[in-house]
Amino acid sequence: MKKTFRGGTHPPEFKLTAGFASQKLPLPEIVHIPVTQHIGAPGRVIVAKGDEVKVGQPLTEPGGFVSAPAHASIAGTVKAVGNYANPLGKEMATVTIEGNGSDDWFEGIEEDPDWQSVDADEIRARVKNAGLAGMGGAAFPTHVKLAPPPEKPIDTVIINGAECEPFLTSDHRLMLERPEDILEGARLVARAVGARQVFVGIEDNKPDAWEALKQAVGEKNDIQVEMLPVKYPQGAEKQLINALTGREVPPPPGLPMDVGCLVQNVGSCVAIYEAVRYRRPLIERTVTVSGGGIKQPKNVIARIGTPFARLIEAAGGYEDDAAKLLMGGPMMGMSQWTDIVPVIKGTSGIVVLGKAEASLAEENPCIGCGRCVSVCPVFLLPTNIARLSQLEMFDEAEELGVVECIECGSCTYVCPSKRNLVQHIRFGKTTVLANRRKQAQKQSA
Amino acid sequence: MVSPNDSAPDSGATPEKPEEVKPEAKKEEAKPAQAEKPAASAKPAAPKPVPPKKKEEAPQRQFMLSSSPHLRDTESVQRIMITVTLTLVPAMLGAAWVFGMRALMLILIGGAAAVVTEWAVQRVFKMRSTVGDGSALLTGILVSFNLPPGVPWWIPVIGSFFAIAIAKLPFGGLGWNPLNPALVGRAFLLASWPLHMTKDWLPAFWWKLPGYSFFTWNVSPSKLMVDGISTATPLEVAKNALKILKNPEGNPTDILATAGDRFAEISSRVIDMAVGTIGGCIGETSAILILIGAAYLFYKNYIDWRTPFSMIAVVAFGGWMFGGAEGLFTGDALFHIFAGGLILGAFYMATDMVTTPITPKGRLIFGVGAGLLTLMIRMIGGYPEGVSYAILLMNLTTPLIDRWTVPRRFGHVVKAADAKA
Repeated sequence: MKKTFRGGTHPPEFKLTAGFASQKLPLPEIVHIPVTQHIGAPGRVIVAKGDEVKVGQPLTEPGGFVSAPAHASIAGTVKAVGNYANPLGKEMATVTIEGNGSDDWFEGIEEDPDWQSVDADEIRARVKNAGLAGMGGAAFPTHVKLAPPPEKPIDTVIINGAECEPFLTSDHRLMLERPEDILEGARLVARAVGARQVFVGIEDNKPDAWEALKQAVGEKNDIQVEMLPVKYPQGAEKQLINALTGREVPPPPGLPMDVGCLVQNVGSCVAIYEAVRYRRPLIERTVTVSGGGIKQPKNVIARIGTPFARLIEAAGGYEDDAAKLLMGGPMMGMSQWTDIVPVIKGTSGIVVLGKAEASLAEENPCIGCGRCVSVCPVFLLPTNIARLSQLEMFDEAEELGVVECIECGSCTYVCPSKRNLVQHIRFGKTTVLANRRKQAQKQSA
Repeated sequence: MVSPNDSAPDSGATPEKPEEVKPEAKKEEAKPAQAEKPAASAKPAAPKPVPPKKKEEAPQRQFMLSSSPHLRDTESVQRIMITVTLTLVPAMLGAAWVFGMRALMLILIGGAAAVVTEWAVQRVFKMRSTVGDGSALLTGILVSFNLPPGVPWWIPVIGSFFAIAIAKLPFGGLGWNPLNPALVGRAFLLASWPLHMTKDWLPAFWWKLPGYSFFTWNVSPSKLMVDGISTATPLEVAKNALKILKNPEGNPTDILATAGDRFAEISSRVIDMAVGTIGGCIGETSAILILIGAAYLFYKNYIDWRTPFSMIAVVAFGGWMFGGAEGLFTGDALFHIFAGGLILGAFYMATDMVTTPITPKGRLIFGVGAGLLTLMIRMIGGYPEGVSYAILLMNLTTPLIDRWTVPRRFGHVVKAADAKA
């Protein structure tokens, strides 16, 4: 029996690009680099319009502990500092750089020959300087995760190679193309937090990736590479921890460290490795460009800040019926109104859906089939919570755990009545959280 | 790479459409209003005029915006209802074989009446028609399945009408009805025409008797009885015999003996009950044919094993414990499983999605409760069979059960071992 979690569903995989080696995109002539690409305090911009910058040059100064700097991803001239469209939905402070065609790196970014012996504090410092943020989507600054409070020791590091979202194959390709680097990154993480075991979780639709990592571990045997059955949302932090260790992360504000775990995405591992060994900031990442609305789906390696349109062009452009543009996979991705938005650190994929795939179904009444209950990976009653949220009965929804929803969308996916369950729940959740904040403010005032 | 532009800062509503794409943009003007929102906010500070050279030929696309997930399973209510209906086909054909063309006609009349009722009521009240979802047809068929095979044609019509027009639509239609409509229809018929509903039994293969044919419509159950052919259902026979056997005082020995014989005989016909070659309601006699359909429902994950199996287990255990003539634990469990409507009720009525709990534990409780009530009605109630009332009563408790059986949420109990590790 393969290890897994309870609940979840199995949407069609559509891994169209699993067999395509990642292609390095030519240097973009312009990039838009959001100043803040993570949860936490925004940084202070330290460049101005007209400045010359080089690849890897910091553009901001972190605004606090839960903050990471942004870096120039191409060499050129700063054309603007201001608000610009962002794939997260809102406009955000952004530095726009026009490239000069060269690929000159900022001074000081070079290999450290003694990188194998750096201590935990130095690992954290280099990770912070490299501006790393979670690459799976949530984008929590990585150095914060690497610094657990002393009362919550971490014994297990989990490397997330599940990639359970349909279409996306960027992590899959990374596991095939750079297995050693992933493992080195994982070892650095384990060293930084003092963990005694390291797992890599990979879904069994990627046996080649499992094989590659297994081989890379080889005789050393210090990292357990585990095969997990294909099931969405296996790549969700809490579900992956549960699948591999049997532990259950307590409900929010509970964090993986409460059960002694730390989860890093495979992309983050490579970035950590590069940050520590080469002192290299995160300036590019693998992005899957796929979906029925794309002519030649493929995986590309793109500089941070490259407009989506450039990646789509590289993938042959849009099919005529392209109707929906997503950052991320179709289960949790965010739909975009335009393709001028830039690739950010959390852009694992760009998925374009055709008209038929994107069409919205009409909502019908719940027939009580209970499918949402059986797929919910955090054991909620989605249909009841959704109904309470629709009726704006937020106290009752809170009682049923509305804020514990991880918004994976499994309930909406399986609903035969085509109810927008997670959407209603999201509404309830944000309202409850906003009310709580208001309450807290009132109390502190 | 079109800039949300500074070239026309006063163009207001459509700031994201630069001049060179006007023709295409116009066509798309009527697109979803949501698309405007982020665009509008993008306008004021949008900084960079991006060289628009490459984009000149390509029109700017307008994308649909919605909240994730963007994928939907192909499963739908309609597909579920049609599939469930199709799984009843074996039992329908079995009914036709045992009770003649008449039974099949009654099933079709019931189904058609339900569909017509739903269509007409929704039309009269100017509601959106939901006939297409297939639930009305299924209800109508289930109403007919619960009828004795000798009833007049208007019985299924009234039953289906009541099920749809009273038990389903006034509550808001599919999804909102608190009680199983087909069972409400049956309960209404039983209360209104008790003679038809309790006496219109036909023996298996009556159409092979002299004077009748497979296509015979007119048949008088009472006349068959006069001719000396027993038309009673096994549960009726067993219940009457058991009553006599358990109270021997005041009964002459020959009556006691006959009752004993009857009781033994009916128990010996368990095979007939499983196959369906015995008297009973149209759709409920052949356990095997119903189980074939139910197996497919399990395979498709349309029904939860918890409800039917707990219900049947309770009835079987209770039947074994209390169903015998010679004291405790002398009853016949198999007889209680296959007699009457337990199999049909457990697999097709107690698993009705709308009127039963959604929580796993709740479904177990529902099944146990329905089993206990069935048993009580069979053993001490006034009717020989109690499956339908048992399920209706349990339907009423569904909201309460759901409330009491909210599952433990993820992360709320940390096992001691895990906490240490």
